[in-house]
Amino acid sequence: MRLLTDYMLSSNIKGVTNGFPLRLEVEKSVEKEVDFNADFLKNMFPKIEWKALVDAFRSMGYTELPNEAESPMLDSKEFLKKFHHALLQLHLEEGALICPETGRRFPVSKGIPNMLLHEDEVFDEVYQIESQF
Amino acid sequence: MWYLCVFFHRLLDYRRPEVEALAELFGAFGEENGDIKRSLEWRLPEHHHHDSPFHFVDLPSDDVARRIANRSILVKGIYELWGEGSSYEELEEAIKGYPDERKLPYLISESTFRITVDSFGKVISFQEQNERIQGLAYIPFKFSILSVVVLHLKSVYFQGRVNLRNPDHRFWLMETDDYGSNNGLPPVLQKRIFFGREVGAADRKLLPTYQLKSRNYLGPTAMDAEMAFLMANQALTTPGKLVYDPFVGTGSILIAAAHFGAMTMGADIDIRVVRDGRGPDCNVWSNFKQYGLPMPISLLRADNNLPPWRPGLKEVFDAIICDPPYGVRAGGRKSGGRKLLKGTVGPYTVPDNKRTDHIPSTAPYSLAECVHDLLDLAARMLVMEGRLVFFYPVLREDGSTDTNFPEHPCFTLVAVCEQILSLRYSRVLLTMVKTDPYSEEVAESAMKKHLEFKENHLKWLEDGNLHSAVFSPADPQMEMAGDSKFNKDSKPKYRGKYV
Repeated sequence: MRLLTDYMLSSNIKGVTNGFPLRLEVEKSVEKEVDFNADFLKNMFPKIEWKALVDAFRSMGYTELPNEAESPMLDSKEFLKKFHHALLQLHLEEGALICPETGRRFPVSKGIPNMLLHEDEVFDEVYQIESQF
Repeated sequence: MWYLCVFFHRLLDYRRPEVEALAELFGAFGEENGDIKRSLEWRLPEHHHHDSPFHFVDLPSDDVARRIANRSILVKGIYELWGEGSSYEELEEAIKGYPDERKLPYLISESTFRITVDSFGKVISFQEQNERIQGLAYIPFKFSILSVVVLHLKSVYFQGRVNLRNPDHRFWLMETDDYGSNNGLPPVLQKRIFFGREVGAADRKLLPTYQLKSRNYLGPTAMDAEMAFLMANQALTTPGKLVYDPFVGTGSILIAAAHFGAMTMGADIDIRVVRDGRGPDCNVWSNFKQYGLPMPISLLRADNNLPPWRPGLKEVFDAIICDPPYGVRAGGRKSGGRKLLKGTVGPYTVPDNKRTDHIPSTAPYSLAECVHDLLDLAARMLVMEGRLVFFYPVLREDGSTDTNFPEHPCFTLVAVCEQILSLRYSRVLLTMVKTDPYSEEVAESAMKKHLEFKENHLKWLEDGNLHSAVFSPADPQMEMAGDSKFNKDSKPKYRGKYV
């Protein structure tokens, strides 16, 4: 699971208001090589909230990226390489994503996070919606 | 400029939409702002029916035409038409009348060429093909003595050599005959002959490379390669984009997207499919490895009914391409557990020591709800002008199909392509473009629309589901009317839409 994903997920357990960002518990992390794709990085950059992403990187132990970033920085090959490395080459193979509010662990095994909620974590709203059907 | 576009004779509904999508991708529509429904101008040759493989289309340049043809799955070739006619005499007239300044650049001595004779609706023997080529002597080609054909030379010739394997220029002589209604095709009233210079042709190596029968990891509903590429084309997949499949399964759709250069991401509620596959060398990742494609950014186990996305997250994906479960051969599931959702049982707490490996119970996920969730996800997560491409099943009644499709205020429907699967049902590939931004109000109005849609249009869901409608025993009345599945009294059916 790459860090871009961690950035996108949150804990949607019923009643939780602050399920983001999920903290990373790293048991096994791997660096896998990925072909450098400048188009993709430039495309993703404006869609991302940089601060949140940098925090996720930090918890994986990657501290090479600046706290703030603006689009002119995309022209620097060096910046792009670091961005590429952090976004796509760092993998969380085994570990967990932790809900900041409840501490609930979403396990990550073989690189795949399991975001399914248990029966008692499912939103109350579900019952309301269901009763309309 | 008008070009002759010749299609492979299959998936008839998908042909023009694919060309339209690729035209948009390759900039055929220019910088004009305005309607999202920009489209190409099409014409049919004289006496030809819409199902014919021969269409005329107006494209801005040879370059755009070539790129469309190379990337397309259903276009056999795009040609600059030098002449057409109902007889060889008419054809000759037409070709002679075609402006020299368009012809001569391709007849110069330094270039090599090849002429291919092709026919639709009939077979032309090798000898007849040669005779046809001979008959084109009035075009100033010059054949070298190494060629197969002997020509009568009639006037001043521009040199050019035949090269059958790798010519600079390819010319096609295409003949369509007046095939009758006995083979089920709608008749072409008269023979029509076309002669053109090939501007672009399909990449015929693509499908054999990706065909499912040699794929590493398959599942029962893996999308076949041809269709997966069509879907990727409808979604305007290009390098640099991020494509998501919320029902990823074995990853067959993402493979096509990755082939066209996009980065991919997928989710599925069934963790076995997504994480384990059938072993360490037989899973979604190994599929990508098999073709040397970049791995998906990630695969998740998630429930689209209760998605794990961060609340503030939006406009991240460039395209969402998927094949939701229709409930016919594979049913959808969502979190909850049937009894839980009905209120029969209260939500129970899983004891702490069992939590790690607990597999939450799931309940059947109706198609209507599944599609509503998909539309909601897409409305939120797609960038503006991003595309949602997905299959939707329809019951066929009396040979026609119900044309009420799910809608969402954020989306404009740009293409509907039907693929008939059986006598009872077909699936339709819907291509939608996000034209309005998402907001809470939009989500509410969409929910209302969804409930209305469910009320009014899904009557076949009342008794159960699509599965029983498709697999219920044959109607005894139909068996009495005629032999086998095809009732001869109804409109003649033909293969076109079935393939």
